[in-house]
Amino acid sequence: MSENQNIPAIEMRGVRVAAMRDATFTVVEDVNWSVASGEFWVVAGQELSGKSDLLMLAAGLMSPAAGSIKVFGNDPENFGEAELAERLRVGFVFQNGQLFNQLTTAENLALPLRYQKNLTEAEAARPVAALLELLELAPFADVTPANIAANWRQRVALARALILKPKILLLDNPLAGLGARHRQWWLRFHDQLSRGHELFGGGPMTIVVTAEDFRPWQHPRRKFALLHEKRFLPLGGWNEVETTGDPVVKELLAGHLETTI
Amino acid sequence: MRGNLAKAFELTNTQVLRRAPLPKSYTDYLGRKLFLFLLTVQGLGAFALITLGVILRKSGVAKNVIHPRIRQEIARAGVALLPMFFFVALGLGFLVVGQTVSALARVGAISYLGSTMVIVVVRELGPLLAAFLVLARVGTAHVIELGTARALGEVEALEALGIDPVHYLIVPRVIGMALGIFSLTIYLIIGALTSGYLFAFLQDVALTPGDYFKQIVESLGWLDFALLALKTISFGFFIAIVTCYHGLAQPLRLEDVSRVAVRAVTQGVIVCVLIDALFIVLYLVA
Repeated sequence: MSENQNIPAIEMRGVRVAAMRDATFTVVEDVNWSVASGEFWVVAGQELSGKSDLLMLAAGLMSPAAGSIKVFGNDPENFGEAELAERLRVGFVFQNGQLFNQLTTAENLALPLRYQKNLTEAEAARPVAALLELLELAPFADVTPANIAANWRQRVALARALILKPKILLLDNPLAGLGARHRQWWLRFHDQLSRGHELFGGGPMTIVVTAEDFRPWQHPRRKFALLHEKRFLPLGGWNEVETTGDPVVKELLAGHLETTI
Repeated sequence: MRGNLAKAFELTNTQVLRRAPLPKSYTDYLGRKLFLFLLTVQGLGAFALITLGVILRKSGVAKNVIHPRIRQEIARAGVALLPMFFFVALGLGFLVVGQTVSALARVGAISYLGSTMVIVVVRELGPLLAAFLVLARVGTAHVIELGTARALGEVEALEALGIDPVHYLIVPRVIGMALGIFSLTIYLIIGALTSGYLFAFLQDVALTPGDYFKQIVESLGWLDFALLALKTISFGFFIAIVTCYHGLAQPLRLEDVSRVAVRAVTQGVIVCVLIDALFIVLYLVA
Protein backbone atom coordinates (compact mmCIF):
# COMPACT_ATOMS: atom_id res chain seq x y z
CA MET A 1 0.00 0.00 0.00
CA SER A 2 1.41 3.40 -0.89
CA GLU A 3 2.11 5.84 1.87
CA ASN A 4 -0.09 8.91 1.75
CA GLN A 5 1.21 11.89 3.72
CA ASN A 6 -2.37 13.07 4.37
CA ILE A 7 -3.32 9.88 6.16
CA PRO A 8 -2.32 9.98 9.84
CA ALA A 9 0.22 7.37 10.87
CA ILE A 10 -1.92 6.55 13.92
CA GLU A 11 -5.47 7.70 14.53
CA MET A 12 -7.63 6.84 17.53
CA ARG A 13 -11.25 7.89 17.89
CA GLY A 14 -13.18 7.33 21.11
CA VAL A 15 -10.86 4.52 22.11
CA ARG A 16 -11.20 2.80 25.45
CA VAL A 17 -8.04 0.96 26.49
CA ALA A 18 -8.32 -2.17 28.62
CA ALA A 19 -5.45 -3.54 30.70
CA MET A 20 -3.29 -6.09 28.90
CA ARG A 21 -3.50 -8.57 31.80
CA ASP A 22 -7.18 -8.02 32.60
CA ALA A 23 -9.46 -7.08 29.73
CA THR A 24 -12.27 -6.16 32.14
CA PHE A 25 -10.28 -3.32 33.67
CA THR A 26 -10.27 0.01 31.79
CA VAL A 27 -7.03 2.00 32.05
CA VAL A 28 -7.73 4.88 29.65
CA GLU A 29 -11.01 6.14 28.26
CA ASP A 30 -12.10 8.18 25.28
CA VAL A 31 -8.75 8.59 23.53
CA ASN A 32 -8.93 10.90 20.53
CA TRP A 33 -5.46 11.16 19.09
CA SER A 34 -3.93 11.68 15.70
CA VAL A 35 -0.22 11.15 14.98
CA ALA A 36 0.90 12.51 11.62
CA SER A 37 3.69 10.84 9.65
CA GLY A 38 7.10 11.97 10.85
CA GLU A 39 5.87 13.36 14.19
CA PHE A 40 7.60 12.65 17.47
CA TRP A 41 5.22 12.21 20.41
CA VAL A 42 6.07 11.85 24.08
CA VAL A 43 3.24 10.39 26.17
CA ALA A 44 3.94 10.73 29.86
CA GLY A 45 2.09 9.51 32.89
CA GLN A 46 2.65 8.16 36.33
CA GLU A 47 2.99 4.44 37.07
CA LEU A 48 -0.04 2.32 36.12
CA SER A 49 -1.55 5.16 34.11
CA GLY A 50 -1.90 2.86 31.08
CA LYS A 51 1.08 4.02 29.00
CA SER A 52 2.16 0.50 27.99
CA ASP A 53 -1.40 -0.58 27.25
CA LEU A 54 -2.00 2.46 25.04
CA LEU A 55 1.20 1.78 23.13
CA MET A 56 0.41 -1.92 22.70
CA LEU A 57 -2.97 -0.94 21.35
CA ALA A 58 -1.34 1.37 18.82
CA ALA A 59 0.96 -1.48 17.78
CA GLY A 60 -2.01 -3.76 17.14
CA LEU A 61 -1.03 -6.11 19.99
CA MET A 62 -4.34 -5.48 21.75
CA SER A 63 -7.84 -4.63 20.64
CA PRO A 64 -9.61 -1.49 21.85
CA ALA A 65 -12.44 -2.14 24.31
CA ALA A 66 -14.37 0.54 22.41
CA GLY A 67 -13.76 3.03 19.59
CA SER A 68 -11.68 2.74 16.46
CA ILE A 69 -7.98 2.78 15.72
CA LYS A 70 -6.31 3.17 12.36
CA VAL A 71 -2.65 2.72 11.45
CA PHE A 72 -1.89 4.34 8.08
CA GLY A 73 -5.63 4.27 7.47
CA ASN A 74 -6.04 0.55 8.19
CA ASP A 75 -7.60 -1.13 11.17
CA PRO A 76 -4.86 -3.20 12.88
CA GLU A 77 -7.60 -5.57 14.06
CA ASN A 78 -7.88 -6.74 10.46
CA PHE A 79 -4.14 -7.20 9.92
CA GLY A 80 -3.94 -10.79 8.74
CA GLU A 81 -1.41 -12.59 6.60
CA ALA A 82 -2.27 -10.48 3.56
CA GLU A 83 -1.66 -7.22 5.44
CA LEU A 84 1.60 -8.38 6.99
CA ALA A 85 3.60 -5.71 5.17
CA GLU A 86 1.35 -3.05 6.73
CA ARG A 87 1.80 -4.51 10.16
CA LEU A 88 5.57 -4.59 9.83
CA ARG A 89 5.60 -0.83 9.33
CA VAL A 90 5.14 -0.57 13.08
CA GLY A 91 8.14 -1.37 15.28
CA PHE A 92 7.72 -1.88 19.01
CA VAL A 93 10.30 -1.70 21.80
CA PHE A 94 9.10 -3.17 25.10
CA GLN A 95 10.05 -1.53 28.36
CA ASN A 96 12.18 -4.44 29.55
CA GLY A 97 13.28 -5.50 26.10
CA GLN A 98 11.49 -8.86 26.09
CA LEU A 99 14.31 -10.42 24.13
CA PHE A 100 14.34 -14.10 23.20
CA ASN A 101 16.47 -15.56 25.96
CA GLN A 102 17.49 -18.71 24.08
CA LEU A 103 18.96 -16.71 21.19
CA THR A 104 22.12 -14.62 20.98
CA THR A 105 22.01 -10.90 20.24
CA ALA A 106 22.70 -11.49 16.53
CA GLU A 107 20.04 -14.22 16.39
CA ASN A 108 17.53 -11.96 18.15
CA LEU A 109 18.06 -9.39 15.40
CA ALA A 110 18.13 -11.90 12.58
CA LEU A 111 14.96 -13.76 13.56
CA PRO A 112 12.33 -11.25 12.33
CA LEU A 113 14.30 -10.62 9.15
CA ARG A 114 14.80 -14.31 8.41
CA TYR A 115 11.19 -15.18 9.24
CA GLN A 116 9.58 -12.41 7.22
CA LYS A 117 11.88 -12.68 4.19
CA ASN A 118 12.68 -16.41 4.42
CA LEU A 119 16.42 -15.75 4.54
CA THR A 120 19.17 -18.16 5.49
CA GLU A 121 21.52 -17.28 8.34
CA ALA A 122 24.20 -16.22 5.85
CA GLU A 123 21.80 -13.99 3.91
CA ALA A 124 20.71 -12.19 7.08
CA ALA A 125 24.26 -11.74 8.39
CA ARG A 126 25.08 -8.53 6.52
CA PRO A 127 22.06 -6.37 7.57
CA VAL A 128 22.37 -7.70 11.11
CA ALA A 129 26.06 -6.79 11.25
CA ALA A 130 25.31 -3.28 9.94
CA LEU A 131 22.72 -2.67 12.62
CA LEU A 132 24.91 -4.13 15.36
CA GLU A 133 27.65 -1.75 14.25
CA LEU A 134 25.32 1.27 14.19
CA LEU A 135 24.04 0.58 17.70
CA GLU A 136 27.53 -0.29 19.03
CA LEU A 137 26.36 -3.83 19.79
CA ALA A 138 28.97 -5.75 17.78
CA PRO A 139 30.88 -6.95 20.90
CA PHE A 140 27.68 -8.60 22.16
CA ALA A 141 26.75 -10.33 18.88
CA ASP A 142 27.28 -13.86 20.18
CA VAL A 143 26.11 -13.31 23.73
CA THR A 144 22.67 -14.30 25.06
CA PRO A 145 20.53 -11.57 26.70
CA ALA A 146 21.03 -12.94 30.21
CA ASN A 147 24.74 -12.16 29.92
CA ILE A 148 24.34 -8.57 28.79
CA ALA A 149 23.96 -5.58 31.13
CA ALA A 150 20.43 -4.10 31.24
CA ASN A 151 21.58 -0.86 29.53
CA TRP A 152 22.71 -2.83 26.49
CA ARG A 153 19.77 -5.24 26.52
CA GLN A 154 17.44 -2.32 25.92
CA ARG A 155 19.57 -1.32 22.96
CA VAL A 156 19.34 -4.88 21.54
CA ALA A 157 15.56 -4.57 21.78
CA LEU A 158 15.75 -1.30 19.82
CA ALA A 159 17.94 -2.96 17.18
CA ARG A 160 15.49 -5.87 16.87
CA ALA A 161 12.61 -3.45 16.32
CA LEU A 162 14.61 -1.53 13.69
CA ILE A 163 15.80 -4.53 11.66
CA LEU A 164 12.58 -4.54 9.61
CA LYS A 165 12.92 -0.79 8.92
CA PRO A 166 9.57 0.31 10.36
CA LYS A 167 7.90 3.60 9.49
CA ILE A 168 6.47 3.99 12.99
CA LEU A 169 8.54 3.24 16.08
CA LEU A 170 6.76 2.82 19.41
CA LEU A 171 8.96 2.75 22.50
CA ASP A 172 7.67 1.91 25.94
CA ASN A 173 9.54 3.97 28.54
CA PRO A 174 12.88 3.54 26.77
CA LEU A 175 14.93 5.56 29.27
CA ALA A 176 13.76 3.59 32.32
CA GLY A 177 16.68 2.29 34.34
CA LEU A 178 19.38 3.52 31.95
CA GLY A 179 22.64 5.09 33.09
CA ALA A 180 23.41 8.73 32.19
CA ARG A 181 25.71 7.85 29.26
CA HIS A 182 23.16 5.47 27.75
CA ARG A 183 20.33 8.00 28.21
CA GLN A 184 22.33 10.53 26.23
CA TRP A 185 22.99 8.01 23.51
CA TRP A 186 19.27 7.10 23.28
CA LEU A 187 18.19 10.74 23.08
CA ARG A 188 20.73 11.47 20.33
CA PHE A 189 19.76 8.34 18.42
CA HIS A 190 16.05 9.12 18.64
CA ASP A 191 16.79 12.54 17.27
CA GLN A 192 18.67 11.00 14.33
CA LEU A 193 15.80 8.60 13.62
CA SER A 194 13.28 11.38 13.86
CA ARG A 195 15.20 13.48 11.35
CA GLY A 196 15.78 10.47 9.10
CA HIS A 197 18.62 7.96 8.99
CA GLU A 198 20.04 6.62 5.73
CA LEU A 199 19.99 3.03 7.02
CA PHE A 200 16.20 3.26 7.42
CA GLY A 201 15.36 4.88 4.11
CA GLY A 202 16.38 8.47 4.97
CA GLY A 203 12.86 9.74 5.68
CA PRO A 204 11.77 10.95 9.10
CA MET A 205 10.50 8.12 11.27
CA THR A 206 7.25 8.53 13.19
CA ILE A 207 8.13 7.99 16.85
CA VAL A 208 5.97 7.64 19.96
CA VAL A 209 7.64 7.17 23.32
CA THR A 210 6.13 6.82 26.75
CA ALA A 211 7.87 8.34 29.74
CA GLU A 212 7.53 9.09 33.42
CA ASP A 213 9.45 12.32 33.09
CA PHE A 214 8.99 14.95 30.37
CA ARG A 215 12.30 16.70 30.89
CA PRO A 216 14.75 14.49 28.96
CA TRP A 217 12.51 14.75 25.91
CA GLN A 218 12.44 18.53 25.76
CA HIS A 219 12.58 19.55 22.10
CA PRO A 220 10.79 22.27 20.13
CA ARG A 221 9.62 19.93 17.37
CA ARG A 222 8.16 17.23 19.63
CA LYS A 223 4.58 16.88 20.78
CA PHE A 224 3.54 15.92 24.27
CA ALA A 225 0.55 14.24 25.86
CA LEU A 226 -0.41 13.25 29.37
CA LEU A 227 -2.16 10.18 30.73
CA HIS A 228 -3.86 10.90 34.01
CA GLU A 229 -6.91 9.51 35.79
CA LYS A 230 -7.89 7.42 32.77
CA ARG A 231 -7.82 10.47 30.49
CA PHE A 232 -5.56 11.11 27.50
CA LEU A 233 -4.72 14.83 27.32
CA PRO A 234 -2.75 16.12 24.31
CA LEU A 235 -0.70 19.08 25.60
CA GLY A 236 0.91 20.38 22.40
CA GLY A 237 4.57 21.45 22.02
CA TRP A 238 7.21 22.01 24.67
CA ASN A 239 6.12 25.63 25.27
CA GLU A 240 2.63 24.46 26.22
CA VAL A 241 4.08 21.82 28.52
CA GLU A 242 6.23 24.38 30.32
CA THR A 243 3.45 26.92 30.71
CA THR A 244 0.66 24.58 31.75
CA GLY A 245 -0.74 24.89 35.22
CA ASP A 246 -1.62 21.21 35.48
CA PRO A 247 -0.14 19.94 38.77
CA VAL A 248 0.50 16.47 37.33
CA VAL A 249 2.46 17.90 34.43
CA LYS A 250 4.41 20.04 36.88
CA GLU A 251 5.14 16.91 38.88
CA LEU A 252 6.32 15.06 35.78
CA LEU A 253 8.50 18.05 34.92
CA ALA A 254 9.95 18.25 38.41
CA GLY A 255 11.07 14.65 38.38
CA HIS A 256 10.29 11.85 40.76
CA LEU A 257 13.01 12.46 43.29
CA GLU A 258 11.94 16.00 43.96
CA THR A 259 8.27 15.08 44.26
CA THR A 260 8.78 12.21 46.61
CA ILE A 261 11.18 13.96 49.01
CA MET B 1 -1.69 -13.77 13.91
CA ARG B 2 -2.57 -12.32 17.28
CA GLY B 3 -5.92 -14.01 16.84
CA ASN B 4 -4.56 -17.56 17.03
CA LEU B 5 -3.56 -17.47 20.68
CA ALA B 6 -6.22 -14.98 21.67
CA LYS B 7 -8.91 -17.31 20.31
CA ALA B 8 -7.57 -20.31 22.22
CA PHE B 9 -7.37 -18.24 25.41
CA GLU B 10 -10.79 -16.61 25.12
CA LEU B 11 -12.35 -20.03 24.77
CA THR B 12 -10.58 -21.46 27.76
CA ASN B 13 -10.16 -18.88 30.47
CA THR B 14 -9.99 -21.29 33.38
CA GLN B 15 -8.05 -18.86 35.58
CA VAL B 16 -11.25 -17.44 37.07
CA LEU B 17 -12.26 -20.88 38.30
CA ARG B 18 -8.78 -21.86 39.41
CA ARG B 19 -8.24 -18.69 41.45
CA ALA B 20 -11.74 -18.52 42.93
CA PRO B 21 -12.13 -19.04 46.69
CA LEU B 22 -12.61 -22.60 47.93
CA PRO B 23 -16.15 -23.91 47.33
CA LYS B 24 -18.36 -24.30 50.38
CA SER B 25 -19.98 -27.62 49.50
CA TYR B 26 -19.06 -30.87 47.78
CA THR B 27 -21.55 -30.25 45.00
CA ASP B 28 -19.95 -26.84 44.30
CA TYR B 29 -16.57 -28.56 44.28
CA LEU B 30 -17.72 -31.23 41.85
CA GLY B 31 -19.44 -28.65 39.67
CA ARG B 32 -16.31 -26.55 39.52
CA LYS B 33 -14.18 -29.59 38.64
CA LEU B 34 -16.65 -30.50 35.89
CA PHE B 35 -16.54 -26.98 34.45
CA LEU B 36 -12.75 -27.01 34.55
CA PHE B 37 -12.65 -30.36 32.78
CA LEU B 38 -15.05 -29.20 30.06
CA LEU B 39 -13.20 -25.91 29.57
CA THR B 40 -9.87 -27.73 29.36
CA VAL B 41 -11.23 -30.19 26.80
CA GLN B 42 -12.65 -27.31 24.79
CA GLY B 43 -9.39 -25.39 25.01
CA LEU B 44 -7.26 -28.37 24.01
CA GLY B 45 -9.59 -29.11 21.10
CA ALA B 46 -9.48 -25.53 19.88
CA PHE B 47 -5.71 -25.37 20.28
CA ALA B 48 -5.26 -28.67 18.39
CA LEU B 49 -7.43 -27.44 15.51
CA ILE B 50 -5.64 -24.07 15.38
CA THR B 51 -2.26 -25.83 15.32
CA LEU B 52 -3.40 -28.24 12.62
CA GLY B 53 -4.68 -25.27 10.61
CA VAL B 54 -1.35 -23.45 10.93
CA ILE B 55 0.60 -26.60 9.95
CA LEU B 56 -1.45 -26.92 6.76
CA ARG B 57 -1.78 -23.23 5.91
CA LYS B 58 1.81 -22.18 6.58
CA SER B 59 3.72 -25.19 5.32
CA GLY B 60 5.58 -22.96 2.86
CA VAL B 61 6.12 -19.94 5.11
CA ALA B 62 9.61 -19.07 6.43
CA LYS B 63 11.05 -22.47 5.55
CA ASN B 64 14.58 -21.30 6.30
CA VAL B 65 13.59 -20.64 9.90
CA ILE B 66 10.99 -23.32 10.58
CA HIS B 67 12.67 -26.34 8.95
CA PRO B 68 15.87 -26.11 11.04
CA ARG B 69 13.65 -25.76 14.11
CA ILE B 70 11.73 -28.90 13.13
CA ARG B 71 15.03 -30.79 12.68
CA GLN B 72 16.15 -29.51 16.06
CA GLU B 73 12.94 -30.77 17.68
CA ILE B 74 13.21 -34.17 15.98
CA ALA B 75 16.73 -34.46 17.35
CA ARG B 76 15.53 -33.44 20.80
CA ALA B 77 12.43 -35.69 20.96
CA GLY B 78 14.04 -38.53 19.01
CA VAL B 79 17.76 -38.84 18.38
CA ALA B 80 18.84 -37.43 21.77
CA LEU B 81 16.71 -40.01 23.58
CA LEU B 82 18.17 -43.03 21.78
CA PRO B 83 20.65 -44.00 24.56
CA MET B 84 17.86 -43.92 27.15
CA PHE B 85 15.60 -45.95 24.86
CA PHE B 86 18.37 -48.49 24.30
CA PHE B 87 18.56 -48.98 28.07
CA VAL B 88 14.75 -49.18 28.41
CA ALA B 89 14.54 -51.68 25.53
CA LEU B 90 17.02 -53.91 27.37
CA GLY B 91 14.94 -53.62 30.54
CA LEU B 92 11.67 -54.27 28.74
CA GLY B 93 13.22 -57.25 26.97
CA PHE B 94 14.40 -58.71 30.24
CA LEU B 95 11.29 -57.94 32.33
CA VAL B 96 8.59 -58.80 29.86
CA VAL B 97 9.78 -60.60 26.76
CA GLY B 98 12.44 -62.82 28.32
CA GLN B 99 10.14 -63.93 31.14
CA THR B 100 7.16 -64.44 28.81
CA VAL B 101 9.19 -66.55 26.40
CA SER B 102 10.56 -68.78 29.16
CA ALA B 103 7.11 -69.04 30.85
CA LEU B 104 5.41 -70.01 27.59
CA ALA B 105 8.16 -72.56 26.93
CA ARG B 106 7.70 -74.10 30.40
CA VAL B 107 3.94 -74.66 29.91
CA GLY B 108 4.38 -75.83 26.32
CA ALA B 109 2.55 -72.86 24.84
CA ILE B 110 5.45 -71.59 22.77
CA SER B 111 3.22 -71.56 19.66
CA TYR B 112 1.40 -68.56 21.22
CA LEU B 113 4.59 -66.60 21.46
CA GLY B 114 4.11 -64.55 18.29
CA SER B 115 0.61 -63.30 19.04
CA THR B 116 1.49 -62.64 22.70
CA MET B 117 4.51 -60.55 21.74
CA VAL B 118 2.55 -58.59 19.15
CA ILE B 119 -0.25 -57.77 21.59
CA VAL B 120 1.98 -57.00 24.57
CA VAL B 121 4.98 -55.29 23.02
CA VAL B 122 4.00 -54.06 19.56
CA ARG B 123 0.46 -52.89 20.25
CA GLU B 124 0.57 -51.83 23.90
CA LEU B 125 3.77 -51.58 25.90
CA GLY B 126 6.06 -50.24 23.19
CA PRO B 127 3.98 -47.23 22.10
CA LEU B 128 2.72 -46.38 25.59
CA LEU B 129 6.13 -46.59 27.22
CA ALA B 130 7.73 -44.53 24.46
CA ALA B 131 5.00 -41.89 24.82
CA PHE B 132 5.40 -41.68 28.61
CA LEU B 133 9.18 -41.42 28.39
CA VAL B 134 9.05 -38.64 25.78
CA LEU B 135 6.37 -36.86 27.80
CA ALA B 136 8.60 -36.96 30.87
CA ARG B 137 11.81 -35.96 29.13
CA VAL B 138 10.64 -33.52 26.45
CA GLY B 139 7.03 -32.63 27.26
CA THR B 140 7.98 -31.24 30.65
CA ALA B 141 10.69 -29.14 29.05
CA HIS B 142 8.12 -27.78 26.57
CA VAL B 143 5.83 -26.53 29.33
CA ILE B 144 8.66 -24.92 31.27
CA GLU B 145 10.26 -23.28 28.23
CA LEU B 146 7.01 -22.00 26.80
CA GLY B 147 5.60 -21.02 30.18
CA THR B 148 8.73 -19.02 30.96
CA ALA B 149 8.70 -17.43 27.51
CA ARG B 150 5.04 -16.53 28.02
CA ALA B 151 5.65 -15.10 31.49
CA LEU B 152 8.64 -13.05 30.26
CA GLY B 153 6.62 -11.55 27.40
CA GLU B 154 8.46 -13.28 24.56
CA VAL B 155 5.17 -14.27 22.95
CA GLU B 156 4.06 -10.63 22.74
CA ALA B 157 7.50 -9.83 21.30
CA LEU B 158 6.99 -12.41 18.54
CA GLU B 159 3.58 -10.95 17.74
CA ALA B 160 5.04 -7.45 17.63
CA LEU B 161 7.53 -8.68 15.02
CA GLY B 162 4.78 -10.22 12.89
CA ILE B 163 5.84 -13.78 13.78
CA ASP B 164 2.99 -16.19 14.46
CA PRO B 165 3.84 -17.79 17.85
CA VAL B 166 1.91 -20.95 16.95
CA HIS B 167 3.92 -21.32 13.75
CA TYR B 168 7.29 -20.52 15.31
CA LEU B 169 6.95 -22.15 18.74
CA ILE B 170 4.32 -24.89 18.45
CA VAL B 171 4.48 -26.36 14.94
CA PRO B 172 8.14 -27.54 15.19
CA ARG B 173 7.46 -29.06 18.62
CA VAL B 174 4.33 -30.90 17.43
CA ILE B 175 5.99 -32.30 14.30
CA GLY B 176 9.20 -33.14 16.18
CA MET B 177 7.37 -34.96 18.94
CA ALA B 178 5.05 -36.89 16.59
CA LEU B 179 7.97 -38.13 14.48
CA GLY B 180 10.15 -38.66 17.56
CA ILE B 181 7.66 -40.93 19.33
CA PHE B 182 6.93 -42.81 16.11
CA SER B 183 10.62 -43.56 15.47
CA LEU B 184 11.50 -44.27 19.09
CA THR B 185 8.61 -46.73 19.43
CA ILE B 186 9.94 -48.72 16.49
CA TYR B 187 13.44 -48.79 17.95
CA LEU B 188 12.02 -49.69 21.35
CA ILE B 189 9.98 -52.60 19.95
CA ILE B 190 12.88 -53.97 17.90
CA GLY B 191 15.25 -53.56 20.85
CA ALA B 192 12.87 -55.18 23.34
CA LEU B 193 12.07 -58.16 21.10
CA THR B 194 15.75 -58.75 20.33
CA SER B 195 17.00 -58.37 23.89
CA GLY B 196 14.05 -60.46 25.12
CA TYR B 197 15.14 -63.34 22.95
CA LEU B 198 18.70 -62.96 24.21
CA PHE B 199 17.50 -63.30 27.80
CA ALA B 200 15.33 -66.29 26.86
CA PHE B 201 18.33 -67.82 25.06
CA LEU B 202 20.41 -67.42 28.24
CA GLN B 203 17.70 -69.38 30.06
CA ASP B 204 18.13 -72.26 27.56
CA VAL B 205 14.67 -71.93 26.03
CA ALA B 206 14.48 -74.32 23.09
CA LEU B 207 13.61 -71.82 20.42
CA THR B 208 15.84 -70.82 17.53
CA PRO B 209 16.08 -67.13 16.57
CA GLY B 210 14.57 -68.03 13.21
CA ASP B 211 11.48 -69.59 14.78
CA TYR B 212 11.13 -66.78 17.28
CA PHE B 213 11.14 -63.98 14.70
CA LYS B 214 9.10 -66.05 12.23
CA GLN B 215 6.30 -66.42 14.78
CA ILE B 216 6.32 -62.68 15.48
CA VAL B 217 6.32 -61.75 11.78
CA GLU B 218 3.47 -64.17 11.07
CA SER B 219 1.41 -62.63 13.88
CA LEU B 220 1.82 -59.11 12.49
CA GLY B 221 -0.80 -57.92 10.03
CA TRP B 222 -0.95 -54.75 7.92
CA LEU B 223 -3.35 -53.33 10.50
CA ASP B 224 -0.65 -53.54 13.16
CA PHE B 225 1.70 -51.43 11.06
CA ALA B 226 -0.98 -48.89 10.12
CA LEU B 227 -2.42 -48.53 13.61
CA LEU B 228 1.02 -48.46 15.23
CA ALA B 229 2.00 -45.53 13.02
CA LEU B 230 -1.31 -43.78 13.63
CA LYS B 231 -1.19 -44.40 17.36
CA THR B 232 2.36 -43.19 17.92
CA ILE B 233 1.85 -40.11 15.76
CA SER B 234 -1.37 -39.39 17.72
CA PHE B 235 0.53 -39.76 21.00
CA GLY B 236 3.19 -37.31 19.81
CA PHE B 237 0.69 -34.83 18.42
CA PHE B 238 -1.50 -34.76 21.51
CA ILE B 239 1.32 -34.78 24.06
CA ALA B 240 2.82 -31.77 22.25
CA ILE B 241 -0.60 -30.10 22.12
CA VAL B 242 -1.25 -30.62 25.84
CA THR B 243 2.20 -29.45 26.94
CA CYS B 244 2.34 -26.50 24.54
CA TYR B 245 -1.24 -25.49 25.39
CA HIS B 246 -0.45 -25.28 29.08
CA GLY B 247 2.80 -23.45 28.44
CA LEU B 248 1.57 -20.99 25.90
CA ALA B 249 -2.15 -20.59 25.44
CA GLN B 250 -2.86 -18.88 28.75
CA PRO B 251 -1.14 -15.77 30.14
CA LEU B 252 1.17 -16.95 32.91
CA ARG B 253 3.22 -15.48 35.70
CA LEU B 254 6.60 -16.98 36.50
CA GLU B 255 5.30 -18.48 39.74
CA ASP B 256 2.59 -20.35 37.76
CA VAL B 257 5.07 -22.25 35.60
CA SER B 258 5.87 -25.15 37.97
CA ARG B 259 2.20 -25.72 38.81
CA VAL B 260 1.25 -25.67 35.14
CA ALA B 261 4.06 -28.15 34.32
CA VAL B 262 2.65 -30.68 36.79
CA ARG B 263 -0.87 -30.19 35.43
CA ALA B 264 0.34 -30.62 31.83
CA VAL B 265 2.19 -33.87 32.58
CA THR B 266 -0.85 -35.29 34.41
CA GLN B 267 -3.14 -34.38 31.52
CA GLY B 268 -0.57 -35.77 29.06
CA VAL B 269 -0.71 -39.14 30.80
CA ILE B 270 -4.53 -39.08 30.79
CA VAL B 271 -4.62 -38.19 27.09
CA CYS B 272 -2.23 -41.06 26.26
CA VAL B 273 -4.36 -43.55 28.18
CA LEU B 274 -7.52 -42.31 26.43
CA ILE B 275 -5.88 -42.57 23.00
CA ASP B 276 -4.67 -46.06 23.90
CA ALA B 277 -8.20 -47.08 24.92
CA LEU B 278 -9.52 -45.76 21.64
CA PHE B 279 -7.00 -47.85 19.72
CA ILE B 280 -7.88 -50.97 21.73
CA VAL B 281 -11.45 -50.51 20.49
CA LEU B 282 -10.15 -50.07 16.95
CA TYR B 283 -8.08 -53.27 17.21
CA LEU B 284 -11.11 -55.17 18.56
CA VAL B 285 -13.45 -53.83 15.88
CA ALA B 286 -10.95 -54.42 13.08
